[in-house]
Formats: sequence, C-alpha cells, structure tokens
Amino acid sequence: MAELSYTDAYIADILGSVATIAMVGASPDWVRPSYFAMKYLQSKGFRVIPVNPRAAGTQILGETTYADLAAVPHQFQMVDIFRNSEAAGPIVDEAIALAQDKGIDVIWMQLGVRNDEAAARAEKAGLKVVMNRCPKIEYGRLFGELSWSGVNTKIISAKRQRLRR
Amino acid sequence: MTDDKKDKEFGFATRAIHAGSRPEPLTGARNTPIYQTTSYVFEDTDHAADLFNLSRFGFIYSRLTNPTVSVLEERCAALENGRAAVAAASGHAAQFLTFFTLLEPGDEFLASRNLYGGSMTQFGLSFKRLGWTCHFVDPTDPENFRKALTPKCKGIFIETLANPGGIVLDVEKIAAVARDAQIPLIVDNTMASPYLHNPIEWGADIVIHSTTKFLSGHGTSMGGVVIESGKFDWFKAGKFPTMTQPDPAYHGLTFYETFGDFGFTTKARAVALRDFGPSMAPMNAFLTITGIETLPLRMERHVANAQAVAKFLAGHPKVEWVSYAGLPSSPYHDLAKKYLPKGPGSVFTFGVKGGFDVGRRMVEGMELFSHLANIGDTRSLILHPASTTHRQLSEEQRVASGAGPDVIRLSIGLESIEDILEDLDRGLSRATK
Ligand SMILES: Cc1ncc(COP(=O)(O)O)c(C=O)c1O
Repeated sequence: MAELSYTDAYIADILGSVATIAMVGASPDWVRPSYFAMKYLQSKGFRVIPVNPRAAGTQILGETTYADLAAVPHQFQMVDIFRNSEAAGPIVDEAIALAQDKGIDVIWMQLGVRNDEAAARAEKAGLKVVMNRCPKIEYGRLFGELSWSGVNTKIISAKRQRLRR
Repeated sequence: MTDDKKDKEFGFATRAIHAGSRPEPLTGARNTPIYQTTSYVFEDTDHAADLFNLSRFGFIYSRLTNPTVSVLEERCAALENGRAAVAAASGHAAQFLTFFTLLEPGDEFLASRNLYGGSMTQFGLSFKRLGWTCHFVDPTDPENFRKALTPKCKGIFIETLANPGGIVLDVEKIAAVARDAQIPLIVDNTMASPYLHNPIEWGADIVIHSTTKFLSGHGTSMGGVVIESGKFDWFKAGKFPTMTQPDPAYHGLTFYETFGDFGFTTKARAVALRDFGPSMAPMNAFLTITGIETLPLRMERHVANAQAVAKFLAGHPKVEWVSYAGLPSSPYHDLAKKYLPKGPGSVFTFGVKGGFDVGRRMVEGMELFSHLANIGDTRSLILHPASTTHRQLSEEQRVASGAGPDVIRLSIGLESIEDILEDLDRGLSRATK
C-alpha cells in the first residue's frame, strides 16, 4: 500500500473550516484515545458529537451520544471515524448518503484506520478524505504544540507564531 | 483526496539551524530562550489533569519536558528524518531509556561487539542486574546477528561507524536481519553525526546519539537523545507488550494505540524519564542547539582534517598501522563510501611501532592534542583506550573491539591542519626517542 501523504495546507484548510465533528466510536472510557481526542478538540473550540450505539443516550464530555450518524439532530461538517478499517466502509457510505442533509464535507479516519475503497467512494461523492491520521495530533503539529513533545513537525518558519488557545 | 503536491522539504543545513525553533510567540525572541524553570503554571485543575493524563500537549515539570529541551528534541528528529525524539542527560541515559522502554526482565538483545567501551560495560554488566541479557556479536558479517538471535531477543544495537574507530558496518544488511525477526534495529550514530550518516534511511528503527560529542560539538555539555523512525509496527511484531498493552504505570494507557508513530518516545518520556529522571538540563540543551547550527560546517572540516591526518600517519615511519575507513587501503573503505559518502568521521585509531610504552609516552607528550576521554570536540583529542575508556573490559574484549594495547585513538578537531600534523609528528618522534 502506498504511503498516504497530505499537504499541510490541505489539513490546515480542513481543520480551519470545520466547526462540528461527529465522532463515530467515541468512548466514555477516559483512557481511550477517542476520549483524549474529543476532549482536546473541544478545548480548541470544536463541537464534537459522540456517535456510539452502545453509549447512545448517555453523555460523554457534556454531549449526548447518538446511535448513528442519521440520529444526530445537528449539522456537522466532519465525520471522524474511531473504528477499524473494515467497519469504516459502511460508516463512510452512511455519511455519503447524509452528506447533503447534514452538511458533511470531510471524512476523517483515525490513526491506523484506512479503507481505500471507501475513500474513493467518498471522493467521488465530492467529500474530502483524510486517513490514518489523528485530528488532535495534526492540530497540535500545525499549530506548534506537538513540538513540545519532541515531534518532528517539519514546520520551519522565521515568522512569529500566532498564539492559539 | 491524497494531494499529489508535497510540502517543501528543507535541506539539512536549514534544518540544523531552524528545525524546532520558531521565534518565541510572546516576545518575538529570535534565538531559543533558556527556559531555566522547573515547572509551569496550570490554567486550572482540569488543565492540570489533562496534562498529567497526556490528553493535552503542554508543560508540567522539567523532568518530563522543557521548552528549550523540546527544541533540541525536534531538531534532532528532523536531522535524522525521524518522527520524534526524547532527550536525556547523557548518551548513556538515552540508551537506558531506550532499553527500559523496550525490554521486560528476562528479555535479551544483540549488540555489536564493536561499541564504545562504556556501552559494552552498561549492556554486559549493569543491564544484567536489571534482568536484561546482551549477547555480543562480531558485526563484520551481518549474518552473525541472525545466527545469534534467540526467541527472547527484542532488539539489535550497533554503531554503524564504531568507536574507537575505523570500522563501518553493513547497516542495510543488519537492518534486514532485524526486520525478518520483527525487532527494532537501534543505531548509535554518535560517531558519524546525522550530517554524515542517517541510519533511518538504511532501515534503522531507533537512533541514539550522545549529543555530548559532535552535536554539541564544543566539549561543553553532556547529553543524549533517542529518535524513533515512526515506522516500526509494534502491534504486528506482537512481542512488545510495553508498547501495545495497557500500561499500569500510566493508568492503563496503551502507548502505541494512543500516540501511534511517536508512541515509543512518548512512552520513553512518560514512563522511563518520569520514573528514573535522567533529564537534560535546559542550559545543556541550549548549548547543544547552538552547536548543531554549525554541524554541517564543522563536520566538513572534521572529516577533511581527519583524512589528512590519516594519510600523514599512514606514511609515517613510526606508525605500524592506521585504521581509518577513508583510506583506500581500509577493508571498510567500500562500506564507508556507501554509508558515509561525505567522510567516515574524525575519530579513528592507529598503532605506534613499539606498542604500549611508546603509545603511552606519545599520549603524554602531546602539546596541542588534549589527553582526555571524549570525542567530537573542536579541539583535537588523543587517548589510549586500553588504559581508559576500554579499561573495564577483558583483554580479549579489548582486542575484539579494536582497543588493544598498542592502539591510540584520535578525535581530530578543527585546528589548522599544519599545526595538527606538526604536533603528531613531534609527539611520535619524542615517544620513540
Ligand atoms: C559512540 C558513543 N556512544 C555513547 C557514548 C556515551 O555517551 P555519554 O558519554 O554522553 O553518556 C559515547 C561516549 O563516549 C560514545 O562515544
């Protein structure tokens, strides 16, 4: 499988344009990566709606959890998939079907999640796709915070960084 | 959509100066400030909890992270084309963090027997007391590693360019052995520096530096760094529970799942550095960052001077042999051309005619060369390994690792080459008088 590569501009554009994210596979367990990502994205001003049939109706980090994307009673621009690569397929199809209705623009598959066929279907339907990346990590990378953990962000600039929350 | 366009890739010299270090956002300070602080104020208790849980990026306490040290970490990762790095108080501390993150008591690993003597002692004696067994291997035939593998082996450790010098290993072939065994190849790249050699390009998974040497470059500051390539699949390998199982030392966090391709250095920091505490001081990070800015220029001169010295010694009547892979007569010349095309470093050994006593007299009689136990300084250095760095080893180990009784090690500095050659010539004639 070819390595995925997305330009910084492509990722920054997505993270700069999205306001609400439906997180499929969001966990109420605070040590799970999805919980970390949800909490972080909330702290950066994103609204994150948890989607998880096993937790439907319960609250995660102050937000009501829904059983599937169709049940979410809000507009959301991005679907962030915290499921395995195979399970991502039907979720992508559901998102394509709901794209117009919910205003979905972006399909994002988490670190370790990659489904090239589903990605091709989403792109054909006019959606932007990111696979095998974490929005928390990418946000931190592009806006300087990941450097604090010694990560090679590949960002080189003599410009003063804008302060972000 | 996978964009066909690529982000700009900056050249080595640009990365050496800029990677990790943007102007400080609040004041605009252009050079990296020395954040001489132990701790960082939390916004509120929730912020503090998130930082401790690793669910947010940020600073807590300088045993774990410090803004000056993180600049050095990112810069080293950038120079080695790695994914992430964690710094430590010394090269040895960096080695300890690596193996503590990799191994359980009872585990084993393979190491080249051509290593810095201190590493052989650390692996062979001190690690043993922690329940980790190191098997030393003659690295000149990469297949020797395959033969030495045991089911409990969790890694292979080498120095591509080996201290005390002259030997170059076939790192690509050794990487293939590690890959077949699904264990990481760890390369100590101290002797070459990232300017002369990038082990990750040849298949290494983890790169370690004693930044004490060429990276800091001026003999001012102790330090070490561990860099991960981000390419090792800890899940697939199936034998690294410390990476893939919930960690009781971190409230059940699974490091590889949560941090992905920088999970190894995150764990090395969050557990090994946190619990054992060998962190790098901000002042040392600052001096090392400053040193790295001129690494490309310094290394060019280091290898040019070393090449001239090796040639001079090879033709000197009082010299028995010279072990420098830059000489066409060296058995490692072809490997050096492949793996170190800009030059095989500036640390190497030679033998004086007359053996131990002449060697000792020479080391003591130098005027410009400093007699001390370090390498990678601006100053030219000289040492008799058998009586110093490799002294703790058995005679057999000493000879096997290239530190026999007649061996003298040089670390060629940046002084005027005429003065370096003159000092050596005078030292040799005085010693044999
Ligand atoms: C190749 C090599 N690795 C590791 C080390 C250990 O580094 P430190 O002295 O910074 O602990 C040294 C030091 O001489 C070295 O030469």
